[in-house]
Amino acid sequence: MLTRRQAVFAMTAATLLIGSPPAMAQTRLKVVASFSILADLVKNVGGDKIEVSALVGPNGDAHVFSPSPADAKTVAAAKVMVVNGLGLEGWMTRLVQASGSKAPMVVATTGIKPRNMEEDGKQQIDPHAWQSIANAKVYVANIRDGLSKADPPNADAYAANAAAYLVRLDALEGEVKAAIARIPADHRKIITTHDAFGYFGAAYGMAFISPEGVSTDSEPSAKEVARIITQIKVQKIPAVFMENISDPRLMQQISRETGAKIGGTLYSDALSDQKGPAASYIEMMHNNIRQLSIALMS
Amino acid sequence: MTILYAILIAPFADFEFMRRALAGTFALAFGSAPIGVFLMLRRMSLIGDAMAHAILPGAAIGFLLSGLSVFAMAGGGLIAGFIVAVGAGVIARTTELKEDASLAAFFLVSLALGVTIVSVGGTNIDLLHFLFGTVLALDNQTLLLIVSITTMSLFALALIWRPLVLESVDPNFLRSVSRAGGPAHIAFMTLVVMNLVGGFHALGTLLAVGNMMLPAVVARFWARDITMMIVIAVATAAVSGYAGLLVSYYSAIPSGPAVILVAGVLYAMSVVFGPVGGVIWHAFPGKHLEA
Repeated sequence: MLTRRQAVFAMTAATLLIGSPPAMAQTRLKVVASFSILADLVKNVGGDKIEVSALVGPNGDAHVFSPSPADAKTVAAAKVMVVNGLGLEGWMTRLVQASGSKAPMVVATTGIKPRNMEEDGKQQIDPHAWQSIANAKVYVANIRDGLSKADPPNADAYAANAAAYLVRLDALEGEVKAAIARIPADHRKIITTHDAFGYFGAAYGMAFISPEGVSTDSEPSAKEVARIITQIKVQKIPAVFMENISDPRLMQQISRETGAKIGGTLYSDALSDQKGPAASYIEMMHNNIRQLSIALMS
Repeated sequence: MTILYAILIAPFADFEFMRRALAGTFALAFGSAPIGVFLMLRRMSLIGDAMAHAILPGAAIGFLLSGLSVFAMAGGGLIAGFIVAVGAGVIARTTELKEDASLAAFFLVSLALGVTIVSVGGTNIDLLHFLFGTVLALDNQTLLLIVSITTMSLFALALIWRPLVLESVDPNFLRSVSRAGGPAHIAFMTLVVMNLVGGFHALGTLLAVGNMMLPAVVARFWARDITMMIVIAVATAAVSGYAGLLVSYYSAIPSGPAVILVAGVLYAMSVVFGPVGGVIWHAFPGKHLEA
């Protein structure tokens, strides 16, 4: 029979065994980014000189994140913090204070002219600046400067990595513009419940129209469905991307009645996991432009 | 005239999904309202809700065998519902247990089995949510399914009408003159399961169960004769379907609940004003004829 003392001992030993951290190379700069897309940009600039972790991982929502004690520990261990700014990470100030971190904070959107967006009837600053590749290049420059300041010996490496990545971003922007140009001008509009594509739409000439009066993801009423159908017909919208209407059969009915195509999955606020179609920033943009092209070319 | 047209007809003329929804609810009215009347007379009014849970193991096995295929899952659900309904019926006929109690036992075991299979299969998808449809999204296939179920139900009911009526009102008498009671009962339970599972798949649980039972209960307050009861039940179901869709169109209440709420209003009115056992007629029964 196990005594209580033995049991406690066994459990403690097990915890220690599981919890003991693997030995790590001391030389790598520990960087913490607030969410997955930012972490990917940081990784491309830092290369093998840094070790980056994201507080809000793949498929997570940075808007409504609630940090855990483990996150505070991660932040406390960070040598550099990278955040988006523009009000995306409302929880960040408190988390940093609570963790007692003294690490310098790089605000990636520094120098970007913010857009306004409408949310719940109020004008707000739209934080989703990374959806425009021109802005992503500003992110990369800010991250490069921040890392160099925190870790001067490796400044040359950061500059070289950033330069190489900027070339890739330029190529990506060229591809996106070319893909949009292939879509007939009067087809460049979709209905979507995503509110994250303001910068994308402004940069590349694409209208993202939000459906009127769709408030719930529960069972819809005939009124809501009729309103969406009327709107699609009146505005001659060629495709719908609405993931929070949960019943696929309802989407098919809307599509059948209006002739609008049903679009695939767009990634906006977070990357997918490694196996998904949007494992990095560049793959995410590729995925989105591919989905838009498929739905709008006809 | 034009105003009336705009209010009452235009939503259906303008939108195909409204026409499809109307066709679906009408078909359901003709198929399942008569079945609801018999269920009520046999004191099995709650079978619909039991059935909504009982089909889970079938749907889960269908899912394990062929993934998220509505066809496989609905087929599995149909088989599971059939086993539960017929099993409960057979045990009620051969033992002392009453039908509602044996049904309760069967559906609980079935539900537990379903939850087990789902968890063994390692999925956390809400299979039933996936399986249950909505009246606003009836495609050709689903409409065809409801209409064929309704047609089969009407023919089958005509075939087993006499033994079924006798069995519902006086089973002992039927047993003394004929042996058709058992087969008629099993055939009837098959119809119940077909209508319910088809209804779940096409319209969701609330609408399928609600539009089966509420019209039957309403009819009970207006007629003593079983044929009249069925006529009134079908009419009530059809009117609730039409009015409910309009309510949902103008008020943004989800369509399933809107249809059932209209039926609920009709029920409340029947409780008060119904000539057969309604509140007012109970309070003022009128003069008895005296010799």
